[in-house]
Amino acid sequence: MKETSSLPARAIQLAVLTIAMGAWFIVGRTGAISPLFVPPMDAVWRALASLVQTDLFWSAVRTTLATIGEAYSIAIVLGILTGYLLTRSRFLTQVLEPIVSGLFAIPITLFFPLFILLFGIGPASKVAYGAAYGFFPIALNTIAGLSGVDRGLLNAARSMGFSRLGTFRHVLFPAAFPVILMGLRIGFFICFASVLGGETISSVSGVGRNIALAAELMEPARMYAWIVVVIVTALILNTLVSGLENRMRGF
Amino acid sequence: MNLAPTPSKAALSESGVAISVRNVTQRYGEPGARSSVLALGDISLTIARGEFLTLLGPSGCGKSTLLNIVGGLIEPTQGTVTVHDTVVRGPLPDRIAFVFQESTLFPWYTVAENFGVAFKYRGVARVEWKDRTMKALSSVGMETFADHYPSQLSVGMRQRVNLARGIAAGTDILLMDEPFAALDEQSRMVLGEDLSVLLAQTGKTIVFVTHSLAEAVFLSDRIALMTARPGRIKTIIDVIEPHPRLPAFMLDSRFSELRNECYALLRDEIREAMAAQSGEGAR
Repeated sequence: MKETSSLPARAIQLAVLTIAMGAWFIVGRTGAISPLFVPPMDAVWRALASLVQTDLFWSAVRTTLATIGEAYSIAIVLGILTGYLLTRSRFLTQVLEPIVSGLFAIPITLFFPLFILLFGIGPASKVAYGAAYGFFPIALNTIAGLSGVDRGLLNAARSMGFSRLGTFRHVLFPAAFPVILMGLRIGFFICFASVLGGETISSVSGVGRNIALAAELMEPARMYAWIVVVIVTALILNTLVSGLENRMRGF
Repeated sequence: MNLAPTPSKAALSESGVAISVRNVTQRYGEPGARSSVLALGDISLTIARGEFLTLLGPSGCGKSTLLNIVGGLIEPTQGTVTVHDTVVRGPLPDRIAFVFQESTLFPWYTVAENFGVAFKYRGVARVEWKDRTMKALSSVGMETFADHYPSQLSVGMRQRVNLARGIAAGTDILLMDEPFAALDEQSRMVLGEDLSVLLAQTGKTIVFVTHSLAEAVFLSDRIALMTARPGRIKTIIDVIEPHPRLPAFMLDSRFSELRNECYALLRDEIREAMAAQSGEGAR
């Protein structure tokens, strides 16, 4: 996204953020909205400052990041594998692709209690839940990417004696890569959101659990402090993913 | 019709047979089923070493299918193809190279990388890659574009590169499937002249698919005219003119006579093919 890095664009982005922060500050000062819903900025800041000094904070962040990492890895492996296998023949794609995309339309949240029953209240149930959500966009984009590969290129590769692996490496994968990459990106953020959401609903540890706890204990400043942590993490990860994406696109 | 049209006896005894097509039939779908289509009906054809043979026929007559069968990309329903006494059962990358339209260059690789990946799977030693790439590229005047991506080249330049990739394979046989179809007429003519010069030097056996009458007459030693679907060999026309062919040949009265002869023979087939297609459209 080259055009958004120009100076005026950056200035506007900064201005929007400043106005939002300013509004928050004023609302907190005047008490126009109950501090229970929107606590003053400085209270959140103090809560955050004391939070990062606790062991609980770092262990919660570790738990959540590890859960996301595991869930996302499973989603990538199963998603790409499923996508590859389902595009081995046109017939297979036509029959099974609608099933995969149909399943994606079902709110997996409904089965969350089942995940708890099967995998317990610990991180494992959130890993499974996040992986189940992240799987679908990755699998569907892999199917779309691989089945859209130009037949002419595949024919040419075959005539030149390409092996199965060679065809995947030099033709299928590079041709489908931009579409698969989009799936990986969507899958990542769905994974991220569902792990945190899962932790908020039912968990014993992790960032999501602590947000829910702070809300139950009527500690809005603390809750917002945790949310700030999530937002900052999301921003960092987004930058990382975009950076990685741009680098991979350039090959 | 089961006669196998053969090249002139002299040509055969001098150089031998490169490709032999025997009773090849291609049917899509189960026989008797409503969707079943007979694409090729009992084709027999012998192509001599070093010969340039063109398959010419109305669209949908199965000429590309026949070419793909010869190259081992499609398995025929019936019949066999032998290439230098080997029965074709799949692609033979060390003996046969295809040249398709220019869009079969891999867009994510540079020109040189496109050659490299083709060499890799054809089993060419890595030390030879650069040399053979540059040699083939300079034979089509594209040696300064080795590090360009296909998208940075014009359609005509891409097709030169694509042609060079096929020639660089070093196979005795080159199968070309409407290689100039995406080009404008002028580039077609120029590339056709270049092709004639190149091929006269290398002595390859070529099977060429086109629906351009002028291209067929200009380049070929023999033109196999095909009927509308199911494709059969209607007749074979000899073009006796030494290679490399020069532009002057196009001004020769024999050129236009041969072109008109081809057209006269194809006219009815083209009408039949068009009628069949509009019938399909109405269904």
